[in-house]
Amino acid sequence: MTDLLQLLLSGVSTGACYALAALGFTLLWQASGTINFALGEMVMLPAFMMLFFLNVASLPLAVAFLLTLVASLLVLGGMFKLLVVDPLIRHGVIPLVIATLGLSIGFKNLTRVAYSAQVFTFPSIFPDRLIDIFGLRVTVAEIGTAVLACGVALGVQFFLNRTLTGRAMQAVAQNRDAARVLGINANRMVMYAFLVNAALAALTALLVTPVYLAKFDMGDTLGTKAFYAAIIGGFNNSRGALLGGVLVGVLENLVGAYISPSYKEGVALLLFLLVIVFMPQGLLGKPEERRV
Amino acid sequence: MTGLGKSLRWPVLILAIIALAVLPTSLKSYGVYILTLWAVYVIAGMGLNLTVGYAGQISLGQAAFLGIGAYTAGLMAKLGFSYLLIVPASASICFLVGLGLGFPALRVQHHYLAFATLGFNMLCFLVFRNEEWLTGGTFGMNDIARPVLFGWHFSRAADFYQLTFGITVVLAVLMALLLRSPWGRAFAALRDNPIRAESVGISTTFYTLMAFAIGAAYAGVAGALFAPLVGFIEPASFTVTNSLAMLLMVIVGGQGRFFGPALGAVIVVLLPEWLRFAADWYLAVFGFMIVVMMVWMPGGLLSLADRWKRP
Amino acid sequence: MTGLLDVTDIHKSYGAIRAVDGVSFNVAAGEILGVIGPNGSGKTTLFNTILGQVAPSSGKVLFEGEDITGLPPLRLARRGIGRTFQSLQVFGKLSVRDNLIAAGQEFLDTPARRLFSKPDAGLGQRADEMIALFKLGHVAKLAAGSLSYGQQKLVDIAMAFIPAPRLVLLDEPCAGVNPALIEDLLALLLQLNSQQGGSFIVIEHNMDFIMRLCGRVMCMAQGAILAIGPGEAIRANPAVLEAYLGD
Repeated sequence: MTDLLQLLLSGVSTGACYALAALGFTLLWQASGTINFALGEMVMLPAFMMLFFLNVASLPLAVAFLLTLVASLLVLGGMFKLLVVDPLIRHGVIPLVIATLGLSIGFKNLTRVAYSAQVFTFPSIFPDRLIDIFGLRVTVAEIGTAVLACGVALGVQFFLNRTLTGRAMQAVAQNRDAARVLGINANRMVMYAFLVNAALAALTALLVTPVYLAKFDMGDTLGTKAFYAAIIGGFNNSRGALLGGVLVGVLENLVGAYISPSYKEGVALLLFLLVIVFMPQGLLGKPEERRV
Repeated sequence: MTGLGKSLRWPVLILAIIALAVLPTSLKSYGVYILTLWAVYVIAGMGLNLTVGYAGQISLGQAAFLGIGAYTAGLMAKLGFSYLLIVPASASICFLVGLGLGFPALRVQHHYLAFATLGFNMLCFLVFRNEEWLTGGTFGMNDIARPVLFGWHFSRAADFYQLTFGITVVLAVLMALLLRSPWGRAFAALRDNPIRAESVGISTTFYTLMAFAIGAAYAGVAGALFAPLVGFIEPASFTVTNSLAMLLMVIVGGQGRFFGPALGAVIVVLLPEWLRFAADWYLAVFGFMIVVMMVWMPGGLLSLADRWKRP
Repeated sequence: MTGLLDVTDIHKSYGAIRAVDGVSFNVAAGEILGVIGPNGSGKTTLFNTILGQVAPSSGKVLFEGEDITGLPPLRLARRGIGRTFQSLQVFGKLSVRDNLIAAGQEFLDTPARRLFSKPDAGLGQRADEMIALFKLGHVAKLAAGSLSYGQQKLVDIAMAFIPAPRLVLLDEPCAGVNPALIEDLLALLLQLNSQQGGSFIVIEHNMDFIMRLCGRVMCMAQGAILAIGPGEAIRANPAVLEAYLGD
């Protein structure tokens, strides 16, 4: 019983991290129709930026994170939109898929040769302590990560639904022309989505790297999982990302422990395929209307 | 194209084929290997170009078919089947699995289809890796022999290249005939306007399934050549990354253009080799070059010809 | 009352809105029926229910005495019902000639035999005749998507007639077409009707066009038929006038 609870809790904790990355993915999709295959690398890159500030420049973690956040907003937010997405978006889905794939290869190998191909440990923002809750021994990091990640995901949700800017962003996502008529600056709203994605990527890096360790190809797994999470939850819905992420995280833990570690990835994948074929809008998404 | 260009087309094409057929005599064995790999990828790319470029579907699962073809060929070779049977068997199995993959395509469109085919590829990878009794698992399958046809051994690199290149040319001719036939027109109709297609009696169901199945069968043949070429197959050769590389080939060459995959395969197979002067940096350079190439010419390399025509 | 097409008591509602509310009419072989009515009167929804784009909530559609209610567009096409679209619907990257051949090739032979038939599926001559009839000779080799709006409209209409369908539904053929071309179109449709002998149903706002083309005219308002009869009688009908003026 305690085993099961422990597995569930650590599943929620990793799942919440997938959710953060997935949230960025759904935001970009909604705002601009971009399928971002460089999703994982956009978490890996901030992780290495922080490492650089920590190890080479010897700055404290808080300062390193802030500097990384700024760099992420500029490069992964602004430059990504202006230099890659804007020129390609009117040519349909495929050229952008290819371009983000190119970015993924580029970022990964740039990190490998320019920094290092080795594995690095990464300091956690949480104290390294075990606590005991009704006989359940959990680390502060697990609880902290789950709470923080869920909090941020809900915060983004709140921002989208309850603030004027957030609602304007949703209006643009749903119907760009109608939003323009209402006097909303569509381009600026799309830019906000890219900036939020970049900020989420930096935050995800801060939370996952202590667990996953920093390596140039750490984005591969993370990107795949976040991708599953986004689609299972419904990638035209930002609440879906949280559900999808937690579901993937928990399922992986359970299947890995009770069924077979070699098909650990298989179950999330199976769920993903079932969702795609039988309810392509995802568990929480709304069906997209067919245009005639 | 101008009148002169048009009248030169056939002689140039025939000269290019002859040149490519005799090229290995002047190359070292590694060069012949790369050239053979190029031909294998051209076959798989032609199939994907049918699915993506001509019929307007999205597929991120072509490497899975390459894998199914390769494992089929590997297993059958171990069991002592003749290569004359292996190639059609690989093609047929992929054709059937491709039909199966076409069904989700009937339910979901565009980006969902991208995800569905991507999931299919990941599933195939897991099966290749985990079902050790059949595929050898992560260790893969070793010592796959080069084929023997009518008592003729294709074990030398140059001989095997010529066999592969011959099959490539035959398949290219078949593809050209398919595209010129009424089927080719129906594929284009499906791509350009499925609603209008249905209203003039073109069954989008039938042609969508065929586009996937024929595209997959081409990858199956490519797989049946890939296995004896490398002699050793493992799951890592058939990941989503490879599917993306094949899509890259089709897009960079120019989707829906007949010679797109041949040109695209040059970029994907040979460019990394040429970039070796950049040593460790070459994959990074390769990645960013793709981004620049896409931004500069989203229609692919062959779309540049159009730009010059109509400035 | 067995005509070529018999429509009986069609209803289609979207939630509380009754887009089509109990429409019955029939079309005789060779007849050209005009459909007029203010915007939102249910003309296009009626078309869509007949053409299988949406299933009617209730009612029955008989074609040549057989029930075709709710059949998908593909099956209707195969039975000999053609259509044109209000918005442009051509195969943009195919040439005009290929558009026309594509519109007819699936009606010949089996798919397997088509795979091995001549590239033009034996329809080259038929396509060239249509190209001559529609005066599209100078653009026949260009991609259909690159033509002007009016020319694409002509291609769209020519496509519907390639397989010599027994019934063609034309949705606003004059919309966005310049007046000179409208005269040509009128002559073409009359010629096709007398030569090929099919029946047409035409939705159109251009009254003059409708009056000169159609034997009978049906006026719809609020999802129902307001009046149906010879063109002159409909034009003089006070209820029709009111429906338009009150719009």
